[in-house]
Amino acid sequence: MSAIVSIQSVCKTYAGGLEALKGINLEIKEGEILALLGPNGAGKTTLISTICGISSLSRGKISVGGMDIEADYRKVRKMIGLVPQEITLEPFETVINSIRFSRGLFGKPKNEAYLDQVLKTLSLFDKKHARVITLSGGMKRRVLIAKALSHEPRVLFLDEPTAGVDVELRKDMWATVNKLKKQGVTIILTTHYIEEAEAIADRIAVINGGEILLVEDKDALMARMGQKKIRIDLMVSVKKIPSKLKNYDLDLTKDGKSLTYTYDTKSERTGITGLLNDLQAAGLQMRDVQTQQSSLEDIFVGLVQENAK
Amino acid sequence: MNFQAISAIYTFEMARFFRTLLQSFLSPVLSTCLYFVVFGTAIGSRIENVDGVDYGAFIVPGLIMLSVMTQSIANASFGIYFPKFIGTVYELFSAPVNFLEIVVGYVGAAATKSLFIGLVILGTAFLFVDLEIQHPIAMVCLLLLTCLSFSLLGFIIGIWAANFEQLNLVPLLVVTPLVFLGGSFYSISMLPPIWQTVTLFNPVVYLISGFRWAFFGQADVSIGFSLGAISLFTLLCMAFIWWIFKTGWRIRT
Repeated sequence: MSAIVSIQSVCKTYAGGLEALKGINLEIKEGEILALLGPNGAGKTTLISTICGISSLSRGKISVGGMDIEADYRKVRKMIGLVPQEITLEPFETVINSIRFSRGLFGKPKNEAYLDQVLKTLSLFDKKHARVITLSGGMKRRVLIAKALSHEPRVLFLDEPTAGVDVELRKDMWATVNKLKKQGVTIILTTHYIEEAEAIADRIAVINGGEILLVEDKDALMARMGQKKIRIDLMVSVKKIPSKLKNYDLDLTKDGKSLTYTYDTKSERTGITGLLNDLQAAGLQMRDVQTQQSSLEDIFVGLVQENAK
Repeated sequence: MNFQAISAIYTFEMARFFRTLLQSFLSPVLSTCLYFVVFGTAIGSRIENVDGVDYGAFIVPGLIMLSVMTQSIANASFGIYFPKFIGTVYELFSAPVNFLEIVVGYVGAAATKSLFIGLVILGTAFLFVDLEIQHPIAMVCLLLLTCLSFSLLGFIIGIWAANFEQLNLVPLLVVTPLVFLGGSFYSISMLPPIWQTVTLFNPVVYLISGFRWAFFGQADVSIGFSLGAISLFTLLCMAFIWWIFKTGWRIRT
């Protein structure tokens, strides 16, 4: 897959002196879902706003579909749809007029059939002639998506699409994003919900303090950095870890009833067989064994903390 | 040129006007009727002709200008301030449009609305007084230029305003006094000489005077001067808007 968005050494310094982006380099592949993950104030929205033309570049170069975002701004912006973080809609206008406006603004001729299709995809068709002010929060967010899709963009930016949205609606939103991906739209979403990135992204970029800390395929990232834990519940509690088990990375719970063993799934020898044998040799009897895989959240927190040091 | 975008902005803005058509239509008609009743009939019956024109008819051009100027500013400033206020302005900045297309869309819609109101007031005036328009083409041109230039000024105010209070500040403290003191209801020849000179610094005088010339063939200042003044004002507003978009003043961080 070729890069549809290419970001090279991009810096953004605000008038007040705040350095929001510090030399960002990122290639976004055509047709993928990239999750831009980072804590509040990491620079996610600034990066998206800069690509979309809302805020200007201080230094560096961004191209979309091989065209420079400043020199070829008309062609570039026609390719991009943006769903902002805040729900910003003209409250007294109807849903259909709002999306007709967006389509026109991006220079596309009228196409009612396409707009109806967009509304159907987003389960908004029955609200076509409703005024925006009468819609629920989740519906309003979908109207924002409909506006962004109204001009048939090839790249869609979703800035925190599920912030403040309930669980059910969030899952609906993920389904919608997947549907759009199948239609060939490249999707970049920012989120601070790790669960979201884990559920729908192909690749994950972690951003913090205006710098990209890591970009990697989600599965590879999970596998590479993933640690597994085995929790062993004992029949009889112990006061301390027996000396025969000193060589293992073990933690004993306070009540002395279970041991936790942390190991790397990628290493050649996980040490599980040895541990189980040595447990028996130490005279400990097992009541139960559970394994636990670390989530993206653990990886993310680890990365951000490391960066903060 | 992104004509689709201009048309989209224009249509969207006009939709706001039609949503509140009753208010848009009724309020200028009602206020004009009140002016005619109070100034034209009650007070005007005790005033002699002004420069040979019946007082009731004399105030018509001034009344139209008063409404057109305030409505142009109100419509254009609200048109661009409201998207800023509710945040939908992000869409304009991320769209493939340049400043000219944005201005043509918003200012065009605002000017259309005030032109409509101006024509409604003119129609209402015919119900109260005998009117004959001596230079109809000049009248339409001056009306159009006024709608356009004051909508441009309104657009600037809408961009400048950081809150609703500021949005009303310039119309209230600057424009309304200038219009009232610009000869809407009197000929400046009725003023003492010193005030006549002072009044000539009021740009609105040239507009109202020119507009009155189009109706009655007589004016406080020459029509050429009036046309020059309003054209210069329009160009100044355009240059300022060009500068706004070039520097991002009040619109970009």
